[in-house]
Amino acid sequence: MMSEVRERMVRSGEVELCAVEYGDTAHPTVVLVHGYPDSKEVWTPVAERLADRFHVVLYDVRGHGRSSAPAPLRGGFRLERLTDDFLAVANAVSPERPVHLVGHDWGSVQGWEFATVGRTEGRIASFTSISGPSLDHFGHWINQRLKRPTPRRAAQLLGQCAKSWYVYALHTPLLPELAWRGPLGRQWPKLLARAERLVPDSYPTRSLPDDAAHGAWLYRDNVRARLRNPRDDAYAHVPVQLITPLDDPFLSPRLYDDLERWAPDLRRRTLPTKHWVPRTRPDQLAEWIGQFVLAHQHADVGQPLGTAANRPAHRARSGRPPSRSARVQAAYAQRFAGQLVLVTGAGSGIGRATSFAFAEAGARVIAVDRDAQAASRTAELSRLLGAGAAWAETVDVSDEQAMEKLAARTATEHGVVDILVNNAGIGMSGSFLTTSTDDWRKVLDVNLWGVIHGCRAFAQQMVERGQGGHIVNTASAAAYQPSRALPAYSTSKAAVLMLSECLRAELSAHGIGVTAICPGIVNTNITATAHFTGASESEQERLRAKSSRLYRIRNYPPEKVADAVLNGVLRNAAVVPVTPEARGAHLLARLSPKALRAMARIDPPL
Amino acid sequence: MSAVLSAELRGFQAVQRLAYECAEVVAAQLRPGTTEREAARALRAEADARGVRDWFHLPFAWFGDRTAFTGFKVPTQFFPTNRPLEPGMPFILDLAPIHGGFTADIGYSGSLGPNPLQDRLMTDLREHRELILREVRKRRSLRQIYEDVDRLMVRQGYQNRHRAYPFGVIAHKVDQVKERRWSPRVAGFGTQGLRGLVKDAVHGHREGWSPLWSPYRISDHPPHPGLWAVEPHLGFRGTGAKFEEILVVTDSADPEQSAFWLDDELPHVKRWKQAASLTDAKGGA
Repeated sequence: MMSEVRERMVRSGEVELCAVEYGDTAHPTVVLVHGYPDSKEVWTPVAERLADRFHVVLYDVRGHGRSSAPAPLRGGFRLERLTDDFLAVANAVSPERPVHLVGHDWGSVQGWEFATVGRTEGRIASFTSISGPSLDHFGHWINQRLKRPTPRRAAQLLGQCAKSWYVYALHTPLLPELAWRGPLGRQWPKLLARAERLVPDSYPTRSLPDDAAHGAWLYRDNVRARLRNPRDDAYAHVPVQLITPLDDPFLSPRLYDDLERWAPDLRRRTLPTKHWVPRTRPDQLAEWIGQFVLAHQHADVGQPLGTAANRPAHRARSGRPPSRSARVQAAYAQRFAGQLVLVTGAGSGIGRATSFAFAEAGARVIAVDRDAQAASRTAELSRLLGAGAAWAETVDVSDEQAMEKLAARTATEHGVVDILVNNAGIGMSGSFLTTSTDDWRKVLDVNLWGVIHGCRAFAQQMVERGQGGHIVNTASAAAYQPSRALPAYSTSKAAVLMLSECLRAELSAHGIGVTAICPGIVNTNITATAHFTGASESEQERLRAKSSRLYRIRNYPPEKVADAVLNGVLRNAAVVPVTPEARGAHLLARLSPKALRAMARIDPPL
Repeated sequence: MSAVLSAELRGFQAVQRLAYECAEVVAAQLRPGTTEREAARALRAEADARGVRDWFHLPFAWFGDRTAFTGFKVPTQFFPTNRPLEPGMPFILDLAPIHGGFTADIGYSGSLGPNPLQDRLMTDLREHRELILREVRKRRSLRQIYEDVDRLMVRQGYQNRHRAYPFGVIAHKVDQVKERRWSPRVAGFGTQGLRGLVKDAVHGHREGWSPLWSPYRISDHPPHPGLWAVEPHLGFRGTGAKFEEILVVTDSADPEQSAFWLDDELPHVKRWKQAASLTDAKGGA
């Protein structure tokens, strides 16, 4: 997969810049700009993933890697000089056509400058910004908050000030250089790997101490000047894709709240990860960059994925603040668009509603169910809802081999699953004494073993990929609420709940979240297909009808559970009780388990 | 079927066609920016121009996610609002004019520009039309039929949105009414039409049937002879689709004659026929 890499030197005024190119020059050109303290090699994983479809160009910013440094250093790193460098590289690698710009950290800070100054107009086709705000926007952001410091705004300002500690440190004379050329430079690879949970490899490169020492001038030459006197005309003249890592220790996501004002054509994306996204999430980055570049390469590509991401989440066109549901929808689309989601039990009820909710957010959905017709129906409607793609799979989750085959097939055809929803389950009611071993086997096979098979098959892939992921297991309120009517079902769901919590502990080291959903009484067909132990056939029918009727009267829609699933993934929640009764029982289980035990003795009126 | 229609049924058929005509004319006039109120007003003007003087209910128009009654909690939310139509948005026009003493109540679904999702919903409504007729002919109880429609919707992946209507009805009886020079309206519903419903409700209460086809026990009876305006309404995540047309129920012993749709020359039925002939042609080729 590694394509041929070509290196060239580009002259820009007094400095020589080292640029490398991947892929066919006939393809659209994508220029990736690195940050601080980095060199162009930070982009290698992303460049390799893009090389088969694009002409990818990386270059060392002046003073970094194999590019030469200006002399004297002071004043040589002004954004105007860096714009000269970018134009020189762009003209060298793609003289005819505008390039697609991607920047991370200081690369993105520079990128904002390139995308907002007049002299680059016509040279840039699109800009993807990762973890680096425009210093001008940042300046205005601070001014706004200083002028009208409402409690919320003051908190945002103070929060960002605390996160910017390293900026102050870099403004001290000489000390940063000494630290980087001394102990910090030696320890940095280890520190970085630990903080970002990276597998130690050849990155950072040997030039790091010098890069970091030179790069301090990026801050000294620009930050104070720009924050004090931000430009008022820093409007982006190109479409912008903003990718925000939500757990960035250096930048608050709030910095981008008013970005629509500066970048009218803005698409937002979020990632639940820390700062060094090009190293930690290359797959997702390559996917989003590729999509965005293609969308702005040809005018006739049609509707982009996850159209909800483009809905006015921050400011409605009419000037009214957007509704809560519009904000939530936008947050889902920003996070889930293009992600690969596999849902078991997707042929009906909560599974189906969850598939639809992910589809609406622009995810790629694999709908798995025992019932082929129902699964394909879910997939078909998911496509109509705007899913990136949707496929149906007919698999019985209790069949270990079938699940393993499914995992292997999915990996080869669609890639590693980003979000796995182990939802398939069956209902079983009846006292312990009437529950036969066959009944036990049936309910445990689906409700517990189904989840185990799902987790085993897919968690392994997620861990091996090393780029995070999420697993959602559908437990139940019955997992913590004992009941004399549901011994087998509750046992299976309690096991699922505990499995989820243990798995969460284990997988957190790999950046994989695990969420257990405890819905409660939801109006689905679980009652219509439930098995009532120790009842004759006719009695079964009556009990099913009666319980279905009760669930219908309760009328809690599966769509709300689906919303709780998406929200749970977004927040990386551990346990999510959904219906009010499930929440109540969850609370009572902690406050007064005795009361819950007393309730368990009540025979439900069926 | 139309060859054997009585004069009375022909009257109903004429006003139903008139109503669909109004809906089609107004639907063709909708532009981006048209509001629900403007659409409802246009429907009323069209009907007025065709000689309608009384209404069973005044026209409703729903745009966007209001076609699926998203977030509807109180009945006043059914009334037209100032929501503007946008390209690709689904809409539903619902009107119930009275003409020459005959009542019709129709629902027309469409979208401004293509909307594949609503197209799909409309296509799937066909099964409901067939299911309802089949089960009415079998003389199953209305409540059971309601539940079967519900089950079909769930299997299709949709939600039942007619449950949001007053009393959760999937259908209600329509009748001939006296033409009065003055017929006031209460909350958009004509008093003449309401009087008919109330009269039926009183009769029905004594005889054990109801003019409202609901999911409740009052509808646990076989279909009562008369004319029923049937309106299955599908909702799917912010998109809704419905049709509404008259189903004739008689006490004939012949199943074919015991129940039939008053008119098969309606926009949605023609659409299905066209689609079917298209797929046939494809299959043949």
